[in-house]
Amino acid sequence: MAVIALMVYELAMGSAPALAEYGLDFVVGTDWNAVEGRESFGVLPYLVGTLITAALAMAIGVPLSIGIAMFITDSPARIGRPLGFVVELLAAVPSVIYGLWGLYVFRGLFVEWVERPLHDALGADIWLFSAAPFGLDVLTASTVLAIMIVPTVSSVSREVMAAVPQQQREAAFMLGATRWEMFRLAIFPHSRTGLAGAAILGLGRAVGETMAVTMLIGNAKGASAIPSSLFSPSQTMSSIIANEFVEASPASLHLPALIGVGLVLLATAVSINIVAHLLVRRMRVPGGGA
Amino acid sequence: MSAAGAALEAAGAAAGAEAQASGEVQEPPAPALDAGAGYKMTAEGVSVLYSGKEAVRNVTMGFKERSVTALIGPSGCGKTTFLRCLNRMHDMTPGAVVTGRITLDGVDLYSRDVDPIYHRRKVGMVFQKPNPFPTMSVYDNVVAGLRLNGVRDRRALDEIAEDSLRMAFLWDEVSDSLSKPAVELSGGQQQRLCIARALAIQPEVLLMDEPASALDPIATQKIEEAIVDLKRELAVIIVTHNMQQAVRISDYTGFMYMGDLIEFRDTRKLFTDPRHRLTEQYVKGTFG
Repeated sequence: MAVIALMVYELAMGSAPALAEYGLDFVVGTDWNAVEGRESFGVLPYLVGTLITAALAMAIGVPLSIGIAMFITDSPARIGRPLGFVVELLAAVPSVIYGLWGLYVFRGLFVEWVERPLHDALGADIWLFSAAPFGLDVLTASTVLAIMIVPTVSSVSREVMAAVPQQQREAAFMLGATRWEMFRLAIFPHSRTGLAGAAILGLGRAVGETMAVTMLIGNAKGASAIPSSLFSPSQTMSSIIANEFVEASPASLHLPALIGVGLVLLATAVSINIVAHLLVRRMRVPGGGA
Repeated sequence: MSAAGAALEAAGAAAGAEAQASGEVQEPPAPALDAGAGYKMTAEGVSVLYSGKEAVRNVTMGFKERSVTALIGPSGCGKTTFLRCLNRMHDMTPGAVVTGRITLDGVDLYSRDVDPIYHRRKVGMVFQKPNPFPTMSVYDNVVAGLRLNGVRDRRALDEIAEDSLRMAFLWDEVSDSLSKPAVELSGGQQQRLCIARALAIQPEVLLMDEPASALDPIATQKIEEAIVDLKRELAVIIVTHNMQQAVRISDYTGFMYMGDLIEFRDTRKLFTDPRHRLTEQYVKGTFG
C-alpha cells in the first residue's frame, strides 16, 4: 500500500507540469505531438488501445488457458504433468523474445492464415475486419499477448480445478455425466471464484505488458491510435512510454506527459484489479471452497 | 519329471486340507450363483487390483430385484471397492484394474458395447459423505440428473422432484424451501437430498456406500426408513459398518474380510447361524 502511494506521489510530481498545462484534456484529449512549439498531449487513444488489447487478449487467452487446464486435469498424470510443465515453461520466456518471435515468425503466418482470409471474406461487410491487414496491428499484438498470459492463467486454473473434492466429481459421474458435463456440474461451479482469480492475474499482465506489445502493435500516434478495426495499428500506454521515453527532452513537456501516461496506466491497472476483486468476492460460493 | 510334479501337487493338496481342518485362514467356500434365481445384477469372480495390490479377490454375488443386500466387514476389507465396481466408478481411478464379470439384466457391463455413462444412469449411487452440488438449490440438485438427460419440461421436472424427495423421506422438510441453497440443509437432510438426486433419474439399482455413517441416530433412522421403502421399487446394495443396520434393513448380507467374500446368505441366517468361523467372530463382535 505504502509502495503504491509513493509511486503515485512520484508519478504525480513528475507529471505535474503536463497536468497543469492540459488539465482534463490530458486524459480525454486525442492529440499527441511532441514537436517543440506545437506540443499537445492527450492520453485517450492509448488508454483505448490498452483496454482493447487487454480485453482481446483475455477473450482469446482465458478460454484457451481454461481449456488447457481442463485437459491437464482430466488426463492421466503421465500425460498431464509433462504438459503442465511445458505450458509453465512459457512463463519463463522473456517478453522481448515473444516480441521478436511475434515480429519475425508469428506475424507472417498470422497475416497469411488468419487476417487476410478474414479480411477477404468479411472485410467488405464488417468494419472489424475492414482495414487491410499488415500484421502490425491490434489483433496480432492481442494474440501474442494472449499466448503470454496462458501459462499463468492455466496453471492457476489447474490448481483450482484440482482442488475440487473428488466427491463432487463422483456425484456428477453418478448421474451419468459425460466428462464435459462433469466439468459443468461439479468443477466449474465449485471453482468459479478461483478461475476468475486466475483470469485477474492474466489481466494484470495483459494491461501492463510492454515489450512484446510495443514490437507488434504498429505504434500509431494520436487520434490514429484509436483503432478503426482489428487490423489497424494502435498504441498502448506502456508502449508509448517505451517508444518515446529515450528521446523525450526533460526540458519540454514531453517527459512530464509520458510520466503522466504512467500515472494513468497505474490508475487503470489498479482500478481494473479492484473491480475484478469485487466481482470475485460477489461470486464466492457459500459453503464451497476455492 | 511328471511324477515329481504330481507329488508336489499332492503335497499342496494335503497342505490345503490341513489348513481347512485346523480352522486357520480358510479358503472361502466355492462361490456359486443360483442359476434359476433371476438376478437383477450379478458379479462373478470379480477381483480388483489397486496398482498391483489385490483389494477384492474373486467375489461372486447375485443381487435380486426388490431386495436390500448389505455388505459388511471390517474397514479395508474391500466392500466399498467392490461396490464401486458395480457402476464402473473405478474407470476414473488411476491404477485400478477390475477383472471378472459383472452383469446387469444379463449384460456384461464391462463389455465394449456398454457405455458407462448410460450404465450409471441405471445404477445410481449414494456416497459416504453427502455431496450435494454446493452452488445449486435443493430443487436444482434433485433434477440435475434429469436435466443432463435432456428433460426440460418444467411440470415433469416438478413432478419427479417431488416424487424423489418423498421417496427419500425429505419432501415434508424441504417442500417450502426448494430454492434454498442445498448446503444450508443439515447433514442428514443433505444425504437424503443425495438419495433423492440419485432416485430422480429412476435407477434400477441403488448403490449406497455407508450412507449413514456420518449421521446422528435420528437422521440414520430416517435414511433406513427410506431404504426399506425403496425396496418396493428397486434393488438396493448397501455397504455398512453397522451390523444392527444390516439386520434392520437387509434381506441378504455378505461378509467380506481382507478382500474375500467369506459368507453370503439370507441376513437372518448369517447373523444367527453363521457357517464360517470368521463370520461368527465378526457378528459376535470378537474382532472388527
